[in-house]
Amino acid sequence: MQCWDNKNECMDRAEIEQLQLERLQATLNRVYKNVSHYRHLFRQIDFLPEDLNSLDKLSELPLTTRQDLMDNYPYGMFAVPLREVVRILAPALTLDKPMVTGFTTNDLDRWAELMARNLTAVGVGKDDVVQISLNFGMVTGPFGVQLGAERIGASVIPVSGGNPFHQLKIMRDFRTTTLVSIPTFAMQLARTMESAGIDSKMLSLKYGVFGSEPWPEDMRKRIEESLHITATDGYGLTEIFGPGVAWECPEKKGLHIPEDHFIPEIIDPVSLKPQPSGEEGELVITTLTKEAFPLIRFRTGDITKIDNSVCACGRTHSRIDRIFKRSDDIIVMRGTSIIPGQIGLVLERINQVVPHYQLVVERKDHQDQLLVMVEISDRFFFDEMKKQRRFVERLHRELSEFLGWEVSVKLVEPGTFEHSLNVVDKRQF
Amino acid sequence: MLRLVNVNSYYSLVHVLRNLSLHVHKGEIVTLIGANGAGKSTTLRSISGLHPVKEGKIYFKDIDITNKPTEQLVKIGIAHVPEGRQIFWPMTVMDNLELGGFLICKIHGKKQLKKSIDEMYELFPILKQRQNQYAGTLSGGEQQMLAIAMALMTKPEFILLDEPSMGLAPLIIREIFRVISELKNESGLTVLLVEQNANAALRIADRGYVMETGKIILEQDASSLLKNQEVKRAYLGRDKREIWE
Repeated sequence: MQCWDNKNECMDRAEIEQLQLERLQATLNRVYKNVSHYRHLFRQIDFLPEDLNSLDKLSELPLTTRQDLMDNYPYGMFAVPLREVVRILAPALTLDKPMVTGFTTNDLDRWAELMARNLTAVGVGKDDVVQISLNFGMVTGPFGVQLGAERIGASVIPVSGGNPFHQLKIMRDFRTTTLVSIPTFAMQLARTMESAGIDSKMLSLKYGVFGSEPWPEDMRKRIEESLHITATDGYGLTEIFGPGVAWECPEKKGLHIPEDHFIPEIIDPVSLKPQPSGEEGELVITTLTKEAFPLIRFRTGDITKIDNSVCACGRTHSRIDRIFKRSDDIIVMRGTSIIPGQIGLVLERINQVVPHYQLVVERKDHQDQLLVMVEISDRFFFDEMKKQRRFVERLHRELSEFLGWEVSVKLVEPGTFEHSLNVVDKRQF
Repeated sequence: MLRLVNVNSYYSLVHVLRNLSLHVHKGEIVTLIGANGAGKSTTLRSISGLHPVKEGKIYFKDIDITNKPTEQLVKIGIAHVPEGRQIFWPMTVMDNLELGGFLICKIHGKKQLKKSIDEMYELFPILKQRQNQYAGTLSGGEQQMLAIAMALMTKPEFILLDEPSMGLAPLIIREIFRVISELKNESGLTVLLVEQNANAALRIADRGYVMETGKIILEQDASSLLKNQEVKRAYLGRDKREIWE
């Protein structure tokens, strides 16, 4: 077993708790001083950060939601002046208020460290070649992976997503050992290899680091078999760092969450009360070391549970279960998080009113597909087939452009689906 | 090695340290930086038992040492070099060192004491030249070296240094800091260093805590703190506005 940062990854529970307490106190003192949103919140509940004397008291603090981030757009959540922010990432798919996070030099440094821990845990070393097949610009992932791989000293090929033929060529000719992508793309790659007659033995692939969409165990098995690699899961959030928030070690028994940088909690998504340890619930994360964009008790929306026991790999940080479910209606697929309301906004832009629509997610041939069903109404009823076809084509084009990948669109008769149900996820995990 | 958990200290009614938590690993130099009146010296005084701790716990090697009398702490290997070079002016350098090694003399006898003094002379050669001079007649830098040497006489594992650079010329500060990092590297000494001169302190430290009005607002590696704009702005005096602002 290899650790990038043995000292920090394998410290005992008492040490972790001491460090967490110190950093939590410092973070709360800092956000109280620098972030007006938190200052107001804390004043409302009559809480002074300097009064916090135990980690347990964290659960008494208010939660931060995505809505809070949107309300405080653009600069409200930053804890440093903008000129001290050296990188701003604004990748997520929202129309009215983009999801923007900032990083100071030290934040980037820490992100590199975390990603180096992640990649080292998977097995990547300085002689490896890491091919990053993630869409730059659409997600924060590739930037973090690049930082981490370069920190280790590995060679990085940032090829972005798509174009599997080209990717395979690069993969073969430059002896890529590590593929970082979304699982869907790995499946696509496997299919392309079959059709192009490339055997996985011609490639030097050893590891695959996948994430940013839920993928079941049988999909992992297929990927591992067809590409001859060890596939591990990674977890991240645009609001926090991107990848590097939790990752699997080769034991594949849950994702390690670096507790020297984050405090994970599990709450009941309905009552918002903390869940007893080991119970399933929504993951809530408090950042401990972020300078530019600290978050206190951020609701991730992901359903999982925490395992505090020491992993067989020797790392002492607790692990979260792989994530397949969400507590809200956000759809995570193909590396993007889709907020259904945002699809409504795109539809509104095209026909001035928001029609009734339903998003249907299905898995066909190990590939997640999104179908947008739009209900025909008096506002857009076409007596000419040609006009109607053109309208559907336009919807298809605009939606695909917005999401960055192909969507299917279908016009349906009224009464085909229930209006209260905006999202139907038919995927099995 | 040293662990403070939610330490609260008061000067009569004034709440000085507010739930202060920090830790120092063995063989580390950790620095506490912050503006005047942030509570840095009070933290050191609370650790070494010179100032009462009202709430919270202090552990040294997992032994609770909260509010233990100072003389007991010296025995278990903690030494404190207070602010302002507290040496005995009307006595010679040699006498001062002997006083610092009082415990050695009591436990191990005179021979060991002599040996310890020679070691200090090796560390600070200038003190050997001055050994028969009155301490009060030494220069500021020499006095500071003497103060540190006195604390080191008992061979502590852990030393608390309060503003060793105060009022000294930059060259002398460099010399003193060189000795501190040498002690860490060669004899594995653990140091908690309080400094106004954040720049110099962060350069030799492994980690640092930034204090503000009795609270810690940052805990980071020293190298990250040096790069941290917030620290630069507040303590390193490098806050200049750019032309375009």
